[in-house]
Amino acid sequence: MSNAKIPDPAFAQSIIDAGGKTLDLCYQCGTCTGSCPSGRTTAFRTRQLIRKAQLGLKDDILPSDELWMCTTCYSCVERCPRDVDIVDIIILMRNMAVQKGYMAEDHKKVGASLLKTGHTVPSSDKMKALRTSMGLPADPPTTISDAKAMADFHKIMEKTGFVKLIGGQ
Amino acid sequence: MTNDKFALFLGCVAPLRYPGIEKATREMFKALGYNLKEMPGAGCCPAPGVIRSFDQATWLALAARNLAIAEKEGCDILTICNGCYGSLFDANHILHEDPAMLAKVNEILKGIGMHYSGKVQVRHFADVMFNDIGIEKLQQKITNPLNMNVAAHYGCHFVRPSKIKHLDDPERPHILDELIGWTGAKSVPYAEKNMCCGAGGGVRSRDGKFALSFTETKLKNMKAAKADYIIDVCPFCHLQFDRGQKDLPGYNLPVIHLAQLYGMAMGLPRASLGLEAHEIKVNL
Repeated sequence: MSNAKIPDPAFAQSIIDAGGKTLDLCYQCGTCTGSCPSGRTTAFRTRQLIRKAQLGLKDDILPSDELWMCTTCYSCVERCPRDVDIVDIIILMRNMAVQKGYMAEDHKKVGASLLKTGHTVPSSDKMKALRTSMGLPADPPTTISDAKAMADFHKIMEKTGFVKLIGGQ
Repeated sequence: MTNDKFALFLGCVAPLRYPGIEKATREMFKALGYNLKEMPGAGCCPAPGVIRSFDQATWLALAARNLAIAEKEGCDILTICNGCYGSLFDANHILHEDPAMLAKVNEILKGIGMHYSGKVQVRHFADVMFNDIGIEKLQQKITNPLNMNVAAHYGCHFVRPSKIKHLDDPERPHILDELIGWTGAKSVPYAEKNMCCGAGGGVRSRDGKFALSFTETKLKNMKAAKADYIIDVCPFCHLQFDRGQKDLPGYNLPVIHLAQLYGMAMGLPRASLGLEAHEIKVNL
């Protein structure tokens, strides 16, 4: 029985069309892998991820944990001799993974926080007290304290489909 | 005469986890003659690692809304966080380079009665301190020169990607070390100084243990170099180092944001630095 993986050329093209125009410039030198702090102690290999993308190995990439091991530190991008926009390409593939429903529960929580307050972290009574004691308003002058601004912020997330995407309200 | 050029972009982690960073920034810039405007109703930048990874179109539209708020105020944006700087700078760059994308985003902004024409510049506060204010004016304000050995942590999105930011050498950056030196403190060299703290890219929220493995490597190297404090320019790196040490026995390095460091050096009252919010106590 063959273990050959079936490539999907349309997948590589969809990355290129979405903005990953430099994908095919990669000639697999491995400078990215050598520069990557995530790959140092794990099996994560940036070079391999980009190769899989070129080959269109969609089913290897989209459900994988590897796709989410990049901290977007840009060390690889700084050193890539071919100017491949590695981080941008990883982000585009993450967007595709999320579209397919591959999203960590903890990431959904961050999205839900954005829907609720316009911020990625909540406030607390303790925080409000500390802010007040320093002469700052209890809540910052952001979406968290401005109902109209929060409604606008939410309207954008409805319009772009983000609310539905993360299964929130 | 006050300088009205900048509006302060707060982001999330500074105002809601380490308000001392916000307060020290406000006080420091006031003392330097800047009247920092507010950005009423601004939200998350939105975060480059999480929100951009989920949906780039949403990320871009929400960033454009923040840019439009500053444009309405007639100001450039001053950020105090590498993440906010990364998102707003990148989004602004995309909107400048791609008129079709700008038009698309403006279609969305129209629905909330807003518009962005692309006039705003996004700046990192350390860039403004180093390049706009400079050594002479900063040192004039230093009334309490510091005597301490510190490990400078640049983080990722302050100078990288350098091909669009053009702020400093990405392999051997020097801005932060110099700014630290101007206070009297000594920035000690340490191994893997440019390495990430581990928090970015959605890694902290998805796999906290993996993020901590980065943090531990950095802390080990900082300790080996005999640093007594960590100096950062990003509240998210700040949080990763400060809260991370709770789960890493054997480390006790207080974490200080550059605005707080300058607050100390400029003799601001200790209460303005918000050090109570820190997990690792700062005994200065």
